[in-house]
Amino acid sequence: MWFWLSCAVRVLFDGAFAARVWNVADGMAAPPEPQVESLPAPEQEAADEPDESEITEKVATSGTDTVSALVLLGLLQREGRLIDFVEQDINEFDDAEIGAAARVVQQGCRKALRAHLELEPVRGEDEDSAVEVSSGIDTGAIKLTGNVRGKPPYRGALRHKGWRVTRLTLPTPVEGHDVRVVAAAEVEL
Amino acid sequence: MSRFAIGIDLGTTHCAMARMDLEAESARTEVIEVPQLVSAGEVEAQRLLPSFMYIATEAEGAQPLPWDAERTFAVGGHARTRAAEAPGRVVASSKSWLIHPSADRRAGVLPLEAPEEIEKISPVEAAFRYLEHLIEAYDARYAADGGPLTEQRVVLTVPASFDAGARELTVEAAMAAGIDDLTLLEEPQAALYAWLEQAGESWRSQLELGEVVLVIDVGGGTSDFSAIEVRDDDGELSLERVAVGDHILLGGDNMDLALAHQVRQRLEGEGASLDAWQMSALTHAARGAKERLLGDPDCQSAAVVVPRRGSKLVGGGIRSEVTRDSVSQLIVDGFFPQVDATARPAVRHRLGLTRVGLPYASDPAISKHLAGFLGKQAGVAGVDGAMLQPSCVLFNGGVMRSELLRERLRSTLNGWLSEAGARPARTLAGADLDLAVARGAAYYGRTREGRGIRIRGGTARAYYVGIEAAVPAVPGLEPPLMLMCVAPFGMEEGSRSSLPPHQLAVVVGEPVHFRFFGSSVRRHDAAGATFDHRDGSDVDELAPIEITLPAEDRAEGDVVPVSLSASITEVGTLLIEALPTDPKTDDERWKVELSVRGQ
Repeated sequence: MWFWLSCAVRVLFDGAFAARVWNVADGMAAPPEPQVESLPAPEQEAADEPDESEITEKVATSGTDTVSALVLLGLLQREGRLIDFVEQDINEFDDAEIGAAARVVQQGCRKALRAHLELEPVRGEDEDSAVEVSSGIDTGAIKLTGNVRGKPPYRGALRHKGWRVTRLTLPTPVEGHDVRVVAAAEVEL
Repeated sequence: MSRFAIGIDLGTTHCAMARMDLEAESARTEVIEVPQLVSAGEVEAQRLLPSFMYIATEAEGAQPLPWDAERTFAVGGHARTRAAEAPGRVVASSKSWLIHPSADRRAGVLPLEAPEEIEKISPVEAAFRYLEHLIEAYDARYAADGGPLTEQRVVLTVPASFDAGARELTVEAAMAAGIDDLTLLEEPQAALYAWLEQAGESWRSQLELGEVVLVIDVGGGTSDFSAIEVRDDDGELSLERVAVGDHILLGGDNMDLALAHQVRQRLEGEGASLDAWQMSALTHAARGAKERLLGDPDCQSAAVVVPRRGSKLVGGGIRSEVTRDSVSQLIVDGFFPQVDATARPAVRHRLGLTRVGLPYASDPAISKHLAGFLGKQAGVAGVDGAMLQPSCVLFNGGVMRSELLRERLRSTLNGWLSEAGARPARTLAGADLDLAVARGAAYYGRTREGRGIRIRGGTARAYYVGIEAAVPAVPGLEPPLMLMCVAPFGMEEGSRSSLPPHQLAVVVGEPVHFRFFGSSVRRHDAAGATFDHRDGSDVDELAPIEITLPAEDRAEGDVVPVSLSASITEVGTLLIEALPTDPKTDDERWKVELSVRGQ
């Protein structure tokens, strides 16, 4: 009974594991391989100009990489208590109390993000300034809203400058470490 | 033949490692990232390795690393986190214990409050563990490309204030880790080497003959001062380290604690109470607030929030704030007060019974310690006067990242200089203050091949043995103690002191202890010079030394007269040997054991 329960949890969490469960005849699946496809950090000296096509490709393929996602979630919880914050019902609290907690979350998550990834705006212009979107736009990086019609180049106002991750390095889980536990229960002796 | 010079900064709170290619002509130093456990079950490579070691419980299982799945302990970031959560199982500040004069530094003492099931480790073993981790991290990545670390030329840094015994123990740890090609380098010198690498050949135009560079190194746990003079060597500029300060257990951690205690007092005044976990979280938050306020002059206050410990984050947390005023008073004025050049750190007399612990500095004012250093070393760099007069300052260590604190020290120092009629000191722009020592050490490894400028210096202390005078015993009166110089000040690598005429009597087959002393100011005592201990307020007692003459060709219990001779090894440690007056073989001599357990 316990085994099926834990399998159910794992099926929910881990698509790759689910696929394996159906294939394993005796029902005893091996634990999921810790596999991490974090973006390789560009060499220190060459950090200025990362190869964007390569990064985009890696992001696309890591769409199914639940291990990295859980590691990042664990990191944000550990440094910034993000899950605690999101999971709590905050209706009964006043803004001052929520604000105090938000500081913890903001400072911690910022520290975690700064240490592990680099962000740059997709467009360098000020928000709300007039911009031109040239022909051959990358539809993944620029989203057209409002009265969308005609052909490029488009003229409009930049409402959100966008964010692009240019570098991402994550801790690697050691073998046998259960990345689903994004925060361990604490028992004080 | 080594391919790389490896610089290792074995710090009180952090370790770092850098290397430099010995073959490539235009090589620069590169920092080596160190994979480490950053949380239970996650490994990440980081530039700094926190000097903490966590001893896991059996139930917890292995603390695996990419190169060792079975490890039962963890070194680095995860260990530092555990220091707040389970302090009894974490070794911290072990480096400060290496210079503890009255602790047995080869005996298991750490972690201090360890439960019975833990086998405590010695400060030497802790140093060995950190080195072992660095070596394994290096080898895992680079052994295939240029060979393992133990085949490289390794430069290990120590505080300038480390005495002969603490240096010896550091070498012991390195030897145990398999490092053979080893040289010790003083940390403030390493910081200057990092500056020299950055400046390149232009250093000759940035420094003039006769100038004195003051290196102020304030790290997490210790503060260290050195003075380096620009001298003339056959028409070429050369650098010579002319003075080092005493060992001061005072650094950034004290500042975070001070701030946290102030906030705690305020919170307790408001009726809140904090447990140990919350206090640790508060110290953490106070550090963040301190860095924010010291880094941004426009910021007037920074919030400090100690969240609830459970999964409910909102509500019930404790909120306070640190204002610019309190940082100014507590950190800037508390640790860096603007004092006169004649100010000296207060000395608290020891109580008869003290708990086993580190001999922390009793005066938190770093500027007073600096005034004390400059006063004590007055006159060593040519200029007469009541204080040593530096013309340049090089800052190092994490605390000195703050421009506000640098400015405070600079203006205090320049006030003293202008009173003395000297020109204000310039600041040499340093590199990354957390990594400069490791980089400088790697750079120094390369200069040992004759490439680039080398800082000369020799030993920064003279060493003495204490000999009780033979006088009739008088109750209640200790026999006068004579101090005899065995190693004069400024001995250079590879040199040997002349044999002093005085002899000591040693019993064959029995270890004989002698009291051992050092002085960082007595520059003119030759080997063999003696004086009454009561006339030597400028000497400090160190851990005793021990001589054991094996009973090989002699009868056990015989009394043999010996002379002591000192030399400086290639590694940079002090070697004292006992030479019998009547040797049985041509080069009969025994090594004298330094830093034996204090009594």
